[in-house]
Amino acid sequence: MEFIGLNEVNSSFIILENSNAAYDEIVEIKVNGHKKLGKVVQIEQDKTIIQVFGNNDDVSLNNTKIKFTGQPMKMKLSDEILGRVFNGMGQPIDGLNEIYEECRRNINGSSINPVSRTYPKNYIQTGISAIDGLTTLIRGQKLPIFSGNGLPHDQLAAQIIRQATLGINSNEKFGIVFAAMGVKYDVADFFKKTFEESGAIERVAMFLNLANDSVAERIITPRLALTAAEYLAYEKNMHILVVLTDMTAYAEALREISSSKGEIPSRKGYPGYLYSELASLFERAGIVRGTSGSVTQIPILTMPNDDITHPIPDLTGYITEGQIVLDRSLSQKDIYPPINILPSLSRLMKDGIGKDFTREDHQDLANQIFSAYAHVNDVRALASVIGEDELNELDKSYIKFGKFFEQYYLGQGKFENRSIIETIDLGWKILGLLPKSELDRVSTKILDKYYQPTSESDF
Amino acid sequence: MSQAIITKINATVLTVSGYDDFHLSEMVTIGEKKLIGEVIKINKSNAIIQVFEDTSGLKLFDKVYPSGKALSVTLGPGIIGNIFDGIERPLVSIEKQSGIFISSGVHVSSLDEEKLWPVEIIAKLGDFVKHGDIIATVRETSFIVNKIMIPENISGQIIEIADSGEFNIKKILAVVKNKDGEKFEITMTQTWPIRIVRPTCKKKSVNRPLITGQRIIDSMFPIAKGGIAAIPGGFGTGKTMMQHQLAKWSDADIIVYIGCGERGNEMTQVLEDFSKLIDPRSGCPLMDRTVLIANTSNMPVAAREASIYTGITIAEYYRDMGYHVAIMADSTSRWAEALRELSGRLEEMPAEEGFPAYLASRLASFYERAGYVENLNGSEGSITIIGAVSPQGGDLSEPVTQNTKRFVRCFWTLDRSLAYARHFPAIQWLTSYTEYLDDLALWYEENVGENFMDNRNQLLKILNEESELMEIVKLIGADVLPDNQKLILQISKVIRLGFIQQNAYHNFDTYVPLEKQMKMMDIILYLYEKSKLLINIGIPMRVLNSSGIYDKVISIKYDVPNDNLQMLDDYFLQIDNFYDKYKNA
Repeated sequence: MEFIGLNEVNSSFIILENSNAAYDEIVEIKVNGHKKLGKVVQIEQDKTIIQVFGNNDDVSLNNTKIKFTGQPMKMKLSDEILGRVFNGMGQPIDGLNEIYEECRRNINGSSINPVSRTYPKNYIQTGISAIDGLTTLIRGQKLPIFSGNGLPHDQLAAQIIRQATLGINSNEKFGIVFAAMGVKYDVADFFKKTFEESGAIERVAMFLNLANDSVAERIITPRLALTAAEYLAYEKNMHILVVLTDMTAYAEALREISSSKGEIPSRKGYPGYLYSELASLFERAGIVRGTSGSVTQIPILTMPNDDITHPIPDLTGYITEGQIVLDRSLSQKDIYPPINILPSLSRLMKDGIGKDFTREDHQDLANQIFSAYAHVNDVRALASVIGEDELNELDKSYIKFGKFFEQYYLGQGKFENRSIIETIDLGWKILGLLPKSELDRVSTKILDKYYQPTSESDF
Repeated sequence: MSQAIITKINATVLTVSGYDDFHLSEMVTIGEKKLIGEVIKINKSNAIIQVFEDTSGLKLFDKVYPSGKALSVTLGPGIIGNIFDGIERPLVSIEKQSGIFISSGVHVSSLDEEKLWPVEIIAKLGDFVKHGDIIATVRETSFIVNKIMIPENISGQIIEIADSGEFNIKKILAVVKNKDGEKFEITMTQTWPIRIVRPTCKKKSVNRPLITGQRIIDSMFPIAKGGIAAIPGGFGTGKTMMQHQLAKWSDADIIVYIGCGERGNEMTQVLEDFSKLIDPRSGCPLMDRTVLIANTSNMPVAAREASIYTGITIAEYYRDMGYHVAIMADSTSRWAEALRELSGRLEEMPAEEGFPAYLASRLASFYERAGYVENLNGSEGSITIIGAVSPQGGDLSEPVTQNTKRFVRCFWTLDRSLAYARHFPAIQWLTSYTEYLDDLALWYEENVGENFMDNRNQLLKILNEESELMEIVKLIGADVLPDNQKLILQISKVIRLGFIQQNAYHNFDTYVPLEKQMKMMDIILYLYEKSKLLINIGIPMRVLNSSGIYDKVISIKYDVPNDNLQMLDDYFLQIDNFYDKYKNA
């Protein structure tokens, strides 16, 4: 059945009278012969509000025909989606054919039953010391990168994608789902080139909603990507790494739509359901019982004004299992990747490292580095008041530790791929700059086994 | 009778008209799928309903069915050891019906209706019974004996009673006839509306601590059984870790763990860990005393709001049997945000930060359900609430933290800079407080040691002095301080690293008995006294540091196992030797 004629049109919604719509169903909107999609977002007795994907520029009250599909938004899936490029609505834009359809899935997904989950325990080696050593990424984890405009988060994500391996026993299948939300063309292009150069393109599915694409579609894009990821992981038993960038643009889109709907805003104009919305994406990471696949998420978000307490990074941090925080002052010192380890954290790390996974001393070592580096900041603050020369010997050794840590442990090449053992050994080498008595987070046994004093000339 | 139909759909909030006999908090079912909802507002012409499931596919004029009953939970054997969603549907049964993803419209009964329980009848024919009286006991888990109590509004004489034996929960155990001649059948289960407080005889004052085995809590900022505590902290400061530690080791009989709007993997972790971990006191698996309520962040928001009430109602049920129950609510901020989300959808006038104006009264009505009480049947029980708070941006001045502060008496602030340095538990000693000290002083004096409170106060005093000194150190460095102040810094370090810091992953440091906590404080203070004497006779701090005694005391926590506490006495001797050696140097 088709409805002709609308009651009201604004930039992202159309409203019509009487319909027999179901909440959340998809409608086809035909304007002057071309088609677009919309979604029912609110129903009242005399009006149905439909959110339109795409722009409303050509819509008038009389030239529009509306057909209700009776279905929530679904996407076609088969393992052919790997190696393909789609737009933000899931239509192929690489000039190739439509996807062969093995099944259709509701893109909103459903929440995974907590009793059906398996607690993630296997680490992913990224070859980046700051991550592997201190904020280890675990299969099935959601670990966002908190960044700022102009920081090399894209390069870092690309390096993770290039280097991520599942460890030794990995004849398992590995795939990447990439979703771009409101990013610049150059960023999408950078990732595409990275995939091509590394030969990964065959196992990547890309969903691109660029900065000038429709805001309403931006809400759909990550859901398509995650539906694809869940399908590949839980039905095709693949290990899927999902990169979502930029979550800030996603949240901005939510705010834009919410305000044009006339909803009551909460913090900084974002809708009250921002937490639930973000959670409905991030919680789609994990491992479920009965399948051997996993969905690991690396969402990237740019903190507005580098402010970690802004609602977007703040709510994200409460949902995700840790965060990797990039720091402008490290970046200005030309340290790549500029990861500020102190606020960075991987919540699942503790169960995925150690004797059975990486090495027995990994956790103690990481704790010690965190603790010592936190002290470096105090010493630096003191040095900025009284001058470095006035510091005592111990404090001087902390200054040295901080400098070498940033330069040699954090800092590494964009194509440098360190094994987990190399990273751990490097950690000990740098801790060797501190006297043994300062290492109070390491058990005596491990200290005796691994600690070797070092000096500047060793580097 | 008229039929209720949907006249407006706004995500999880529906407007319903055509039926004027709804009452507030009534449970309803909606549409073909029979989704579960609750009436939250009634006008003359319509009612507003919040739905506990995904509303995709609902249409205008879909039917809504009243139930005539308030939103309730079923109480009976089978709750302990189970994991439920926010409205007491067991997740394991949901998995059986709908697979790994939770679909909407799943209908399962809260408790296993087939399982046979060993029932021991204790009431006798002809007994007069009233609300709360115990007529039978059921061994529910290795830990817990469930006591079958007479439900509300029933009192009279038992005119029929079953023999002891193995029955399922539907079995009629007794029939009670009241003075009007009405007969009531008593089974193992009863229902209770989640938003209504279960009645007790009277609230009593608290005077016993909830022993948690965590040094900073037991020794520094203790909480009473029946008390209320809040753990505020930004993300990554260890709230959930703290909650897990308390759920594992605190000496409550029953733990109700509410995962309210938190991560799915965390609930899985609790489930996996608690099934494996053994309680140090009883030797039974921890899961045998634990109930999990899981409403993860991506589950429907209305059920998140309800999950807190479901949890506390279950807690009250076991308290009524005479148990000491502790509730971990992680996190109450998610609950407050659920209120905000629903309030926004109802287009209510927002107060501070978009939260509804009734936030404070809702928080109060939840926290006030804690307490140490005398039950209707004469037994004593308690509910301790420990609520995590996730302040926005880590800023403790936001409305949820501030309002929570008004109703709790124990406030354990988690500190970001401690967490950054991986000092855990990251409870900041300078900003945390407890109001239970006076209530508990007597208990500690009688059961732990006479100078317990003195020790505690002295440690805190030293730490306070340290923080003042640190202001100077930040400006001019520690080297220029006089030796007696350097000693304060050194002893503070011993207290921070050796006492406050506690390793949750260490075999025995994860749980420390009070006796060891007390002795550790004694040793640290003894060391302080002796060092002070040496400083006073002019031995420089630099020399004392080289003795290694401070490091030795710091590692007591790892060197002295909990089952070999006499080793602690040796440390006094070592300190004496240290004193004698340097006295004459």
